[in-house]
Amino acid sequence: MNVIVSYGTYIPYWRLDRSKIGEAMGTFGQGTRAVASYDEDTTTMGVEAARACLAAAPEGVKVGQVLFVTTEPAYLDKTNATAIHAALDLDPGAAAFDMIGSVNSANGAMAFATFAAMPTLVVLSDLRTGLPGGADEAGGGDGAAAFLYAPDGPALLEFLGLGVSTAEFLDRYRQPGDDHSRLWEERFGEHAYTPLAEQAVAEALKSAGVGPADVDYAIVTGVHPRAVRVVAKSLGVGKEALVDDRTAVIGNTGAAHSAIVLADLLDRAEPGKTILRVTLADGAIATVVRTTDALVDWRSGRASGSSVADQIAAGRTDLSYPKFLTWRGQLDREPPRRPDPTAPVAPASLRKEPWKFAFHASRCEECGTRHLPPARVCVKCGAVDRMGEERLAETTATIATYTVDRLAFSLSPPVVAAVVDFDGGGRFRCEMTDVDPDSVAIGNRVGMTFRKISTVNGVHNYFWKARPLTEGEK
Amino acid sequence: MASKGIRDRVAIVGMGCTQFGEHWDKGAEDLLVDSATAAFDSAGVTKDDVDAFWLGTMGSGISGLTLSRPLKLDYKPVTRLENMCATGSEAFRNACYAVASGAVDTAMAIGVEKLKDSGFSGLVVSRPPDDGSAAELSAPALFSLLAPAYSKKYGVDKDELKNVLTRIAWKNHKNGAVNPRAQFRREVPMETIAASPIMAGQLGIFDCSGVSDGSAAAVIVRAEDAHRYTDKPIYVKGLSFVAGPAAGAIDPDYDYTTFTEVVRAAEDAYQQAGVEDPRAQLAMAEVHDCFTPTELVLMEDLGFAERGTAWKEVLAGTFDLDGDLPVNPDGGLKAFGHPIGASGLRMLFECWLQLRGEAPPERTIKSIAAGKKLALTHNLGGSPGECVSFVSVVGSEPSA
Repeated sequence: MNVIVSYGTYIPYWRLDRSKIGEAMGTFGQGTRAVASYDEDTTTMGVEAARACLAAAPEGVKVGQVLFVTTEPAYLDKTNATAIHAALDLDPGAAAFDMIGSVNSANGAMAFATFAAMPTLVVLSDLRTGLPGGADEAGGGDGAAAFLYAPDGPALLEFLGLGVSTAEFLDRYRQPGDDHSRLWEERFGEHAYTPLAEQAVAEALKSAGVGPADVDYAIVTGVHPRAVRVVAKSLGVGKEALVDDRTAVIGNTGAAHSAIVLADLLDRAEPGKTILRVTLADGAIATVVRTTDALVDWRSGRASGSSVADQIAAGRTDLSYPKFLTWRGQLDREPPRRPDPTAPVAPASLRKEPWKFAFHASRCEECGTRHLPPARVCVKCGAVDRMGEERLAETTATIATYTVDRLAFSLSPPVVAAVVDFDGGGRFRCEMTDVDPDSVAIGNRVGMTFRKISTVNGVHNYFWKARPLTEGEK
Repeated sequence: MASKGIRDRVAIVGMGCTQFGEHWDKGAEDLLVDSATAAFDSAGVTKDDVDAFWLGTMGSGISGLTLSRPLKLDYKPVTRLENMCATGSEAFRNACYAVASGAVDTAMAIGVEKLKDSGFSGLVVSRPPDDGSAAELSAPALFSLLAPAYSKKYGVDKDELKNVLTRIAWKNHKNGAVNPRAQFRREVPMETIAASPIMAGQLGIFDCSGVSDGSAAAVIVRAEDAHRYTDKPIYVKGLSFVAGPAAGAIDPDYDYTTFTEVVRAAEDAYQQAGVEDPRAQLAMAEVHDCFTPTELVLMEDLGFAERGTAWKEVLAGTFDLDGDLPVNPDGGLKAFGHPIGASGLRMLFECWLQLRGEAPPERTIKSIAAGKKLALTHNLGGSPGECVSFVSVVGSEPSA
């Protein structure tokens, strides 16, 4: 059996203040929701969460498979986990699978990872919205989490018990290709979910050998907000044990949500604490786990700025509602009088895969000069085919010069671009993202982030952009 | 190894240049017929007297048929070539070499671009299928990278630099205002330039060259034959063309305040032409002012100003029509317009007019009367850090 040895999360930079929806649509809204930027999708957010997870993983854990969970896959027919696999620079011998379509797939992937015979990386990423003015639009959120399961530990959590109750009923559903879900009447969902949750929780506590009073923290999430509230109250745990599910700030992040809330709790929980985690999605699943001493050690070794709270704090709340609708494809705005972006072609993308996805530079073995993109002939010493490859995705850089392009095509003009010089050598000119154009200056520090440059003719052009390092990361 | 050059071995004996601008009523073939006919007439030859043709166009046609078909050439060799925004100069360079080699007696270099049929704003360049990893930035954005780097390196604050860039645009518009062939033929107040809508970085719409249609052509013969065609041939003193290794885009040593390619091309051309002090020896220069920061940096790269001082020289009026060294007396790319394949030859056309004393009085530079006999053209393709550069020196007299 595998145990959780590392995790990471990704809360996107942008927040939509729900009062802005209210102003436009005449509805009531308070708090914010997390919003994936125009250049993000579930695959790119998954990559970011997984990078944070692997950066904090114990040495020597070799990922044997990646499981990718989302209700909003970037591609159908084509595996999305392969792009994550490639961006993480995993060994070709590691498998990559999608478990897509429903929020409950998250539980499936985590259970599958627990019982897998190899170290398994579970990446949960979701992008949630609904029709303009509706509850799903305001209440949804975007984000990702990744959990690494390995046989030898050190375990961040001790597994105590599991309870499952599965049922077929119509509460929330969506046809493939639809841009929003449909929901049955709200009170019906409460009626259907409540007994399922009671049954799963009872079984989980029983198999863990603990009672409700022993529960230090309870996490209840799910696809039905009203049922979540009712179930949380009926657990019999102390009110102080109920964990803030962060929906007031980031919204409900669907298939990623339970994992993000768990990560947020693990960011601060003491060792020896019992956690009951309940998910309501087409039935109910409850798990009971206990935090370990190893969790504290693991946290102390993690990069600063990587907690859920840090990522929430780094967010920016001035996103306008029309911009949000544009990013979600629900507002078709007049484009600039410029050609559409071009789609990358398959053969070149395959040839350049270590560059395009894993962000490999080449380094001259004769004189040490780095080249981005990888080159065969050294620009400094002229040596031919004397290059070694190295990954620069995790290397920070400094802005050498920059511009704000108001003419280039973008879903979110203006395009900010910078020439960045990497620590240890190498220069690249690339787009910047999650950046305030007015704050860009020569000498600013940046890191790389995996993004979607454009989508043309059904092809997502994934590549890396630079983003400012957050205060927590500096 | 050094380029030997072909100093004084060939001469321009006729030139033609269309008006640049929005030629809604003319296609590339019409523009080619117009400039070629004007050049033939200028040299006193017919198309049958020209042995070979070099046609420069970036995207207004492929193959030599683009020229031979509209001109109905009599089974002559036509080379169609492309070297980004330096395409017109590249046509000229190759035509000169053909004549200098003795392979042909008479050659024509002709350039054309029909940009206004694309329906897009700004320049549109197609690129081969790729992996999608290169940032697709607009041309103003790429050249605007120079501005913050120059400011930082030389301690010129942002507002002061904006004044400098504005003055460059203002000067070129002022020159273009008295050029009947220019796309934009009116002076533009500095306040208007400074307040124009921002395209990229610090660059407003008035910091960008005109997107236009146009064509220009030159007839080239051996220097010793030149006087059979004209009393005032223009001799080719030096021709240099450099394609850089695109190092600036990948090498942190490059600081975005210079074009290494231009420095190298200028050194080569000056050496061929025997120019030791360009600022003192040149009567004028036509340079590639695609965007205002380009012209600023070029003043230093071409040796017209010391490093870090061109911004002061610009403000002092050194490069004005009546300054020490007039730069872009015809209005430059800024006001004359920039039909890509034609621009390099358009620059030579202004040298042709000024050195022969044929420029209209209102834009005649004083340096010619003062005895200076050399002019420079500089043409650039690409963007800072990864570009090609052309520099020519031409003169009104053969060397003693």
